[in-house]
Amino acid sequence: MALSELAGGSLAQLGEAVLTVTPPLGGADEQPDFVEARSLQGLSLGFHIVTVCFAVGFPLIVMTAHGMWLKTGDPLYKAIAKRWSKIMLVLFSVGAVSGTILSFELGMLWPEWMAAFGDVFGLAFAFEGFSFFTEAIFIAIYVYGWDRLNKRTHFLTGIPILITGAVGSLFIISVNGFMQDPTGFDVVNGEVVNVNPWEAMTAGALWHTYVHMYLAGIITAALIVASVYSWSWLRGRWDRYKRVAFTLCVTVAALTVPVQLLVGDWAARYLADNQPVKLAAAEGLADTEEGAAFSLFGWYSDGELHGAIEIPYLLSLLATHDPNGEVIGLNSVPVEDQPPVNVVHYAWDAMIGIGSFFALMAVVYLFYQWRYRRLPGNKWFYLGTLISGPLAVVAVWSGWIVTEVGRQPWIVYNVMRSEDAVTGASGVAVALYVLLAVYLLLAAGTVWALRVLCRKPIEEELRIDDEREAVRVGVTGVNR
Amino acid sequence: MAQEALADIIAIVMVVGIAAYATTAGADFGIGFWDLTAGGREKGFALRSRLERSIGLVWEANHVWLVFVLVVCWTCFSIAYSSIVSTLWIPFLIASIGIIFRGAAFAFRGEITSPRAQQVLGGLFALSSILTPFFLGAMLGGVASGRVPVGNAAGDPWSSWANPTGVYFGVIAVVTGIYLAAIYTAADAQSAGEKDLEEQLRRRAIAAGVAAGVFAAAGLGILYADSRELFDDMFSKPAPLVFVAVTVAAGLVTLWAVSRRHLGIARLTSAAAVVTVIFAWAAGQWPYLLPGELTIADAAASTAMLASVIIAAGIGLIVLVPGLSYLYRLQLSGKLSKGHMELAQRPSVAGPRGRTPGERA
Repeated sequence: MALSELAGGSLAQLGEAVLTVTPPLGGADEQPDFVEARSLQGLSLGFHIVTVCFAVGFPLIVMTAHGMWLKTGDPLYKAIAKRWSKIMLVLFSVGAVSGTILSFELGMLWPEWMAAFGDVFGLAFAFEGFSFFTEAIFIAIYVYGWDRLNKRTHFLTGIPILITGAVGSLFIISVNGFMQDPTGFDVVNGEVVNVNPWEAMTAGALWHTYVHMYLAGIITAALIVASVYSWSWLRGRWDRYKRVAFTLCVTVAALTVPVQLLVGDWAARYLADNQPVKLAAAEGLADTEEGAAFSLFGWYSDGELHGAIEIPYLLSLLATHDPNGEVIGLNSVPVEDQPPVNVVHYAWDAMIGIGSFFALMAVVYLFYQWRYRRLPGNKWFYLGTLISGPLAVVAVWSGWIVTEVGRQPWIVYNVMRSEDAVTGASGVAVALYVLLAVYLLLAAGTVWALRVLCRKPIEEELRIDDEREAVRVGVTGVNR
Repeated sequence: MAQEALADIIAIVMVVGIAAYATTAGADFGIGFWDLTAGGREKGFALRSRLERSIGLVWEANHVWLVFVLVVCWTCFSIAYSSIVSTLWIPFLIASIGIIFRGAAFAFRGEITSPRAQQVLGGLFALSSILTPFFLGAMLGGVASGRVPVGNAAGDPWSSWANPTGVYFGVIAVVTGIYLAAIYTAADAQSAGEKDLEEQLRRRAIAAGVAAGVFAAAGLGILYADSRELFDDMFSKPAPLVFVAVTVAAGLVTLWAVSRRHLGIARLTSAAAVVTVIFAWAAGQWPYLLPGELTIADAAASTAMLASVIIAAGIGLIVLVPGLSYLYRLQLSGKLSKGHMELAQRPSVAGPRGRTPGERA
């Protein structure tokens, strides 16, 4: 069929036609709560991903502050690193449980998927398990080790957190990459055979998704923390501690955002080559076109995008790096194989819009630092950084909506449909409402705990012998 | 043949993982019970502080054993895993909510120090410390008594686990955790030279040990009546019988060691009793993953996958073991709780008596 030719590459490995796997457990009789099952999975992922940013991206920022302390001897950096490491531990603990729930749900909600492919993609989870285990060990040692381990050993116990955070998310995204671009097996008579678990781990969608997410984790963690300090600036409560902490976070974000734009470009071109229907949904592009325009907003119905703002040739330029390049449209596949267009399209617009806003903010910030060697003094800048934290979360969610909703109706792209994978159990809707309440409580508790933690004077992070030094250099002396 | 041998090895690894979870995280669950029953704020302060010091550092690492077992199960025996969790989704969901609340209580109680909030978190912690092992145990009971068929949610969502065997397994899981927790923390108190606490916990350990032993033995009647096949498997084959005998012996040695204050020995023998009772169940059920339905060999993934998982586990252990032994060494030496400003020492919890060293007037 046409798709495999059009898509080329990875689909060709599955054979000429789209191959569908028969549900190995015999399939569910009926699942009236299919939408609820997907919502529950999405809810859990949406919650977990925020904590992931603090387990994957934030350690880098904490260790930067820690390194600055060792380098300069300024106790303020120590106080900052120590305070942040506690935030990291709280969010890591919350992430540990929300990640566990996710792993439960994979089997509970999608048993046919697990039965058919658990023994194809599972290896990555095995590696991730060890990686997470190691991260849990060292994060505990690192945070409890302040003032108890000697300086050098203590800093070194932070290094494994950086490594395992990065490696663990690589393996998780490898499973996701497999769902986007399934490789490492054959389908014969509806059965999965000839499994090559190592090949399945390195599906083509892995690398750009991983780098995109890793950088998103750094940016999101940095901007959420900066957002809190922006509030202090706007309220007129500014001191040396807040200035240094804010500068550290915003600098990290401002340096990462431009790289993220390049990775985003890489991801878009990957989509154009390998998951063209997803890109078409993101852009609401009905028919295959050369010189396709980039569409903002609008509403997709009756096989057409209505009322969109169009920028001529831009989509072709982004997808193929050629203004007249060909971009595949939604109608290259039957309607029942198309994802829900409007959800994907608006998530895509949100991600790109927020990314562009961050790029603008980064330019302003870096210009000030380069030209005047100081922070901007304008209220608008701090309002911008204030909303950047929540916006970063929205951008991460949007990116994942594009990736996962854009993959629909497939759970494993072109091989197994989500509705063939779902559980036959009744009462999924009840589970959704119960867990929704639990997640709300958990979120409220997390915010509350972090508020209490952050309201303590920063000097509390220093011991008595640090304090003499702190007084000498004036840890928080007001200095706007 | 090679595939069968690999599958057997991995099944054994899974059982070892379950045993590791039961003896480490199981004890962490038990701490929730002792925390709840430690007495009023003033009276129970010292004991709670000891409990917290014993668990604060390691609970997260201990919890990972569960994830490890699940991942190995779905990777190597995906049909069995999917059948189990789709049929037993209700206890699985409740256990997972317990895990959320427990983790949250842990993550937050160090930060949230107002007395009211502490009470709420403490209650949540205790409740979830009982919910999670009970429902995980009930799931095991459901599987062991042959009530989980192969299929997508093919078994009864309620009677598959809410039955005498499921309840028996659930209660055993809760009680053994309580028993282990008392012994481990008593041993921690002893090595920290806290005589009073050692005494308190030692008395609790003896009571819990006797209760656990009596309940486990009495419950065999439940097995006989409700799951005759499981009962016959456990008491007719030689391997499970040997394990049961070791369990009984280890339990008795533990009681002796606790009463003679050899708490280091008791730590090991009490864990051995729990490990061997799990081995007894596994040996009784062998070679079935789902008794009467699905054998280890039938559920096994391809040889390539099984071999890869063993390789992955080898690589993983090389990475993991140094870190884990470092953690336990620091934990047992008490180095990481020296001058620790944990919750119990903070002014709002300690009441008028305590004041954190770093606290400003």
